[in-house]
Amino acid sequence: MIQLPDSFSYIRGRETLARAQVLKRSWPFMLDLCVAAIGLACFYGVVVIAKYWFGHSEPEIVISQSPRALPLYAFYSVVRIGLAYLLSLVFAVGYGYLAAYNKRLEALMIAGLDILQSIPVLSFLPGVMLAMVALFPTRQIGVEMGAILLIFTGQVWNMAFSFYSSIKSIPRELSEAANIYRFSRLQRLVQLELPYAAIGLVWNSMVSVAGGWFFLMACEMFVLGPRDFRLPGLGSYLQTAAGTGNGVAIAWGLLAMVSIIVATDQFIWRPIIAWSDKFKFEQVESKARIKSPLLHLVQNSTALRSLGRLTTAPLSETLYRRYAQERQQRLAQSSSGSTSRPGSPWLRVLISVLAVVVVSYAAFHALGLLREVRFAQFKEILKGALATFLRVNVSLLLAAAWTIPAGVAIGFHPRLARIAQPIAQIAASVPATALFPVILLALIRVGGGLGIGSIALMMLGTQWYILFNVIAGAMAIPSDLREVATLFRFTTVQRWKTVILPGIFPFLITGMVTASGGAWNASIIAEYFRLKNQTLQTVGLGAQISAATDSGQFQILLLATMVMALMVVTINRLVWRPLYRLAGTRYKLEG
Amino acid sequence: MQTTIIRAERVEKYYAQPSENRIQVISPTDLSIVPGEIVALLGPSGSGKSTLLRMLTGLSAPSAGQVYWHEQPIASADVNVSIVFQSFALFPWLTVFENVEAPLKARGMEPAERRKRTIKILDTVGLDGFQAAYPKELSGGMRQRVGFARALVVEPEVLFMDEPFSALDVLTAENLRSELLELWQKKTIPTQAIFLVTHNIEEAVLLADRIIVLGRNPGHVRTDFKVALQHPRDRKATAFTQLVDYIYKVLTQPDAQPPELPQTPTGKRVRDQRQMHYQMLPHARPGGIAGLLELVLDHHGKDDIYRLADDLAFEIDDLLPIVDAAQLLGFLTVTEGDAAITATGAEYANSEILRQKQLFRTAAVTNVLLLRQIVRAIEAKSDRTVPEEFFHDMLDEQFSEEETLRQLETAINWGRYAELFDFDASRRRFIQSAKLQQEIDAHSNAEVDA
Ligand SMILES: Nc1ncnc2c1ncn2[C@@H]1O[C@H](COP(=O)(O)OP(=O)(O)O)[C@@H](O)[C@H]1O
Ligand SMILES: [Mg+2]
Repeated sequence: MIQLPDSFSYIRGRETLARAQVLKRSWPFMLDLCVAAIGLACFYGVVVIAKYWFGHSEPEIVISQSPRALPLYAFYSVVRIGLAYLLSLVFAVGYGYLAAYNKRLEALMIAGLDILQSIPVLSFLPGVMLAMVALFPTRQIGVEMGAILLIFTGQVWNMAFSFYSSIKSIPRELSEAANIYRFSRLQRLVQLELPYAAIGLVWNSMVSVAGGWFFLMACEMFVLGPRDFRLPGLGSYLQTAAGTGNGVAIAWGLLAMVSIIVATDQFIWRPIIAWSDKFKFEQVESKARIKSPLLHLVQNSTALRSLGRLTTAPLSETLYRRYAQERQQRLAQSSSGSTSRPGSPWLRVLISVLAVVVVSYAAFHALGLLREVRFAQFKEILKGALATFLRVNVSLLLAAAWTIPAGVAIGFHPRLARIAQPIAQIAASVPATALFPVILLALIRVGGGLGIGSIALMMLGTQWYILFNVIAGAMAIPSDLREVATLFRFTTVQRWKTVILPGIFPFLITGMVTASGGAWNASIIAEYFRLKNQTLQTVGLGAQISAATDSGQFQILLLATMVMALMVVTINRLVWRPLYRLAGTRYKLEG
Repeated sequence: MQTTIIRAERVEKYYAQPSENRIQVISPTDLSIVPGEIVALLGPSGSGKSTLLRMLTGLSAPSAGQVYWHEQPIASADVNVSIVFQSFALFPWLTVFENVEAPLKARGMEPAERRKRTIKILDTVGLDGFQAAYPKELSGGMRQRVGFARALVVEPEVLFMDEPFSALDVLTAENLRSELLELWQKKTIPTQAIFLVTHNIEEAVLLADRIIVLGRNPGHVRTDFKVALQHPRDRKATAFTQLVDYIYKVLTQPDAQPPELPQTPTGKRVRDQRQMHYQMLPHARPGGIAGLLELVLDHHGKDDIYRLADDLAFEIDDLLPIVDAAQLLGFLTVTEGDAAITATGAEYANSEILRQKQLFRTAAVTNVLLLRQIVRAIEAKSDRTVPEEFFHDMLDEQFSEEETLRQLETAINWGRYAELFDFDASRRRFIQSAKLQQEIDAHSNAEVDA
């Protein structure tokens, strides 16, 4: 829709116009070339992965510390994240869809989401790994699958919830339009539900993938009793390098990490965000948009377009026709009076009974495991729970103490924001688990124990949530409110009490909720760490979970995990949710 | 006799409440749509117009009764209807072309045929050249044209419209209305009947061959009559304005009142607790009521509501709640579509703010059961506060959840203005107003002194 002014085209002579034509014609060819190159690269990637998965039968993987091995390691890690993400996406859409449309399962599935989101995923690590190693023919594939499954469980729930709540909030008239115009389930999904949910899914995907890196770094190399599972990747590279105190290798590893994150942002998220702009459910066109050359390439490639014309278009035509015919048949049937229902009620009853039996059998045995826990151990767990509770809250307070002033300063000063925000974003996107070994090394050098060190480690991963939310909150405070404060010469204390703190309150709470969940999860790694063949640990629930994992004491692992999940859920219900509600009613700044 | 296309037989609609009550939104109603007619359904907002429309299209099943499509139960019939929505209900991520094409795709039509039909209908409604545009690039009027194109592309037998022009500005709406009428009269579109839901009286009289007026609580047909005016209709013609005036009268006639209750010697009414029913509080602001009363005074204390609406450039939906509220408070009487100010009404309009509040307070406590109950409940409690929930539960037995919330909001609004009580929004509790508290304290101090 860009229209050049008349004078512009007048100045440009005919010859330049002709040259422009050539460029115009040759562009799609260039685009196709790029697409082809990307396609080839993908193919090569698949070959490499396959070779590694099926070729490595030797049990002991040695992690090289040479920087030259890094590209391949980074590639392996990226593939793991990518696979886990795709799995999560498909599962999340399925789960959300089922929860939204199945009235009987809805309440159960949503309660399930709530709990699954609060369970510390890392405590599943040992169980999942062992099961996968047992399931798959070669051990390497088992560990690989275990890692992917674990990342999956870490990133799927918020996406599922996002999709579910998007479906639930589809405007009534839009949904009625789809009904009155006889959309089939497929057409509804493609033209209404997925587009409507797209933006929420994209943002949650970004959060999920960042979380995925956190878990991947932790599970690429871990010890279970006498067994030592390792996967070639960035996480194991960093851990090995830290273990041997190889500073150069650590620097290279961190550099690789940061470049991957910057590249993901530039080449994946930016194009996707730019593309998802068209799914914004707004009535006016927004001015500021994110642009992406890569998106331009994909959208304007003739090769991709004709590929679509040859594959998806005929397929969707057939499907749509089939659905339309089915509907006609159904109507003919129901009007002629025959009411044959597919799927007998008996089958459904049988499946439900079977599900109940299996679940209760497993639950019963798990509880049986708990009988082996001695009272002294139980007391230890409670003591650990208290210690970790204190540690989590101290880390939250410390994080809030520096992020609130910093965030408000950044939010109020656009010039500062322009410099500080990108830096903070990059710093935040480096998974804390990748830095753990490095920081621990430094801590040991200066002689600090893990008791304090673990607080630092928890903060490392969680402070960013608070910072970004505070920045957003400070930016959202209307400037006239701030001007009033200046006009009436409020003292600094008064300004903070009447304008700033109430203004950022809802955002602060959002940040703290996320940070609190993250800190609990991080405690599992932060309170117990193996470095240079020695184990550092401190009193805490996380340490007990990790220690039980190391020694294979599954009853303690189970109990500790349950205690932790219970604590997280309880704190959410008793503290965060009421605060959230308060934020939504009293401290809402309506524009 | 003509063959009816859609026939509703004693349809009713209930909505379940969270508190397990059921609220009746539509009481048993018969209605039929025959070929060759534009039917307009008029009624105040919340009277159940949209609910009725959705039952007639088969989108929502009636709680009781049956809807027939060519004498076949609608749930199992091959219904061919379209709806034009107030909010347009376009898919923002699809282009104009894709939006209009989508219903044809759903019917499994071949791509070539689909394309042909889509282009033709876009041409008909004046959208050629906009195929590749996204809805958000268009103005409101153009968007509703897309809504019409999407509705007409499937060649519906009955075209339903739920306040299609409400979201548009006056001129755009006028333009679209006349274009639609032209398509219909020249039979450019094969549509057999049009069913239009509106709260704009002039729009109904301008377009419809038949007008149905809906009353509320629960929704029921007040009148149903044919309009014999020739097209094109002239808004200034006497026959036209008379019809508009008549509909205003129907809409403003107070619903039948229960018979007067016996009076006790003191002159206070005795109330049977079981018969106590909350009036529906009209959602008007005290400021609006004062404004209306001043206007009526300017019109020498009495005038046609129709003319008042015209003077204010108000639609009936904006004006009716204010008239109702003034009537409820005894500031205004309405007979035959004429509003006349009462003595208290005149005093209210002429007073300064403190006196106004006083008058409002007296009128509110005398006439509004809910406000009276809130004040009593606060007085009865030792801590002088009552949770909102308490009244919510009582109103809930009579109103839908949405309406209950609105009733409470209005009551809070009126009560705060009249300084009958205050409301603590964070704790959701009614509390004694500071002013009342002062008066009581002063009073008891005086007693102690004496
Ligand atoms: N899904 C629903 N659940 C509960 N109450 C509803 C629902 N839909 C409508 N209502 C209630 O039914 C009444 C009539 O609504 P509606 O048909 O939308 O009125 P109108 O279109 O005339 O404004 C309103 O009081 C509304 O609160
Ligand atoms: Mg409506």
